[in-house]
Amino acid sequence: MKKVLINITVAIVAILLPLVFRAPYHQHILITILIWAALGTAWNLLGGYAGQVSFGHAAFFGLGAYTAGILALHYNISPWWGLLLGPLVSTLISIPVGLICFRLRGPYFALAMLALGEIFRLVFINWVTFTNGAKGIMIIPKITMKLPYYYMALGLFFLSLTITGLLIKSRFGYYFISIREDQDAAESLGIPTTRYKLFAFLPSAFITGLTGAFYMNYIAFIDPNVVFSLANVSVMIILVVMLGGVATLWGPAVGAAIYILLSEVFRTRMGAASVLAFGILVCLVIMFLPNGIVGELDGLRKMALRKMNGGEKSGLLRG
Amino acid sequence: MAFFEVRRIVKNFGGLCAVHEISFSLEKGQVIGLIGPNGSGKTTIFNLINNFFPLTAGEIYFKGKRIDSLPTHKICALGIARTFQVVKPLKRMSVLDNVMAGAFLHTGSTSQARARALEILEFCNLINKRDLDAKKLTIADRKRLEIARALSTDPELLLLDETAAGLNPKETEEAIEVIKKISRSGIAIIIVEHKMKVIMGTSEKIVAINFGREITQGEPREVINHPEVIKAYLGDHYA
Ligand SMILES: Nc1ncnc2c1ncn2[C@@H]1O[C@H](COP(=O)(O)OP(=O)(O)OP(=O)(O)O)[C@@H](O)[C@H]1O
Ligand SMILES: [Mg+2]
Repeated sequence: MKKVLINITVAIVAILLPLVFRAPYHQHILITILIWAALGTAWNLLGGYAGQVSFGHAAFFGLGAYTAGILALHYNISPWWGLLLGPLVSTLISIPVGLICFRLRGPYFALAMLALGEIFRLVFINWVTFTNGAKGIMIIPKITMKLPYYYMALGLFFLSLTITGLLIKSRFGYYFISIREDQDAAESLGIPTTRYKLFAFLPSAFITGLTGAFYMNYIAFIDPNVVFSLANVSVMIILVVMLGGVATLWGPAVGAAIYILLSEVFRTRMGAASVLAFGILVCLVIMFLPNGIVGELDGLRKMALRKMNGGEKSGLLRG
Repeated sequence: MAFFEVRRIVKNFGGLCAVHEISFSLEKGQVIGLIGPNGSGKTTIFNLINNFFPLTAGEIYFKGKRIDSLPTHKICALGIARTFQVVKPLKRMSVLDNVMAGAFLHTGSTSQARARALEILEFCNLINKRDLDAKKLTIADRKRLEIARALSTDPELLLLDETAAGLNPKETEEAIEVIKKISRSGIAIIIVEHKMKVIMGTSEKIVAINFGREITQGEPREVINHPEVIKAYLGDHYA
């Protein structure tokens, strides 16, 4: 009951927020936070819960974005159709990658994803006739107000959160975490580990592609070095999740909010030194809060509850 | 055909022959002991049965079906569960969640899986620890969790790999009681154990191996008094 109330409050705040912050600059920041919250939540399903760390989610983000862009560039089809096609393209690419890598033990998946992101970046730079190469693709957006984009981004984040939340509360979640904790134990409990890793991968790729397609429509300009970027997309997603809390439902969203807000503050106050200062800050947080912000808070809450209920016998710690 | 049978199974690791032409079988609900000195191939036999390692040669049958090329998770789904000598708790999951993960094999419903898991935790004397993270458990409780988790998949055959190792005498007695209770519920068991007390208190038949080869198998008293078995355990001049 308390949980439902909290959720409703959060939803109302989220809906009213852009009516309070009316300046386009502020609304832009809110939209950016939601984009990263959606991306982080999708990455977390695979990397945080199922333990399959991807260093190349930019591949799916970029594919989603380029699907929307290329529809407009070559076929004169509204880039909004990218919201439908982009995630499908991303998911389609994820299937063979998962089928090949998830059978293998060791860092194959992490490395394959790292390579995949870079391969797509290079292909999209060099395949000039189809992609416009490094020049990128520009579209003229039909909607120029920020407000509709805000609500779309909110819907996107909501979708990412709902899919993750439903999955992790079900058998899927138990299986994902079991695989992360010990793949041998999981197999011996009857869990088809290859298949379930794929079940975490597909929705993750889907939402990342969807977010990429939305990004194209919102920003109206993409080039391969931006949307397939290792540092500014693939690694940044991971930082956002680590900051907020790996394998926590709300962690990526909290991480995204703090990351984006702080980087804006640093950028406007410090200019050139901001990147360094910000990097150091992120490192400190990750060092001193290894479970991320939400993860540490969760730990504190559990500890308090256990104290209140008197030692180890306390029941029903999990909500 | 026997309920469960391994037929002339062989496993080579490179040049090392860890298991050589071992055969034995057991009937539904039967408990047998598998004994042998350190490094004689007992754990390897378990790893072959649930196909962690592929066989070099030989065949394995369960309920009339050849199972030696099935993936590990399918073998579990058919009804063969195991514990690990080197315990493998799902560390950052609670004890209850560990057991639920296994219970989901036969139900998609979270509440049913939880109910089944609670039953099993009660059965294995772990119910008071249900909300602890598995990494916080003592070694005795980790061994209990291994058994609880294996039971959660509703096996017809249970492979226990040294579940009494590292337990004190009282805990060992408890472990024997739990094994007897499991057996009474109709589950067949293969027990690997160095503590002869556990084997003798539970097994109807013993298979003794050394250097991956069978020494003898049969009625427990006869097997443990077999000169080759005594020699394998105690050295030449005792035989
Ligand atoms: N994965 C592996 N790769 C190479 N050699 C292995 C492997 N697993 C086991 N062995 C070898 O196979 C032999 C049998 O080992 P195993 O673990 O089956 O013995 P065990 O009877 O279970 O011993 P213990 O009583 O000490 O548990 C040993 O010589 C061991 O070193
Ligand atoms: Mg062993």
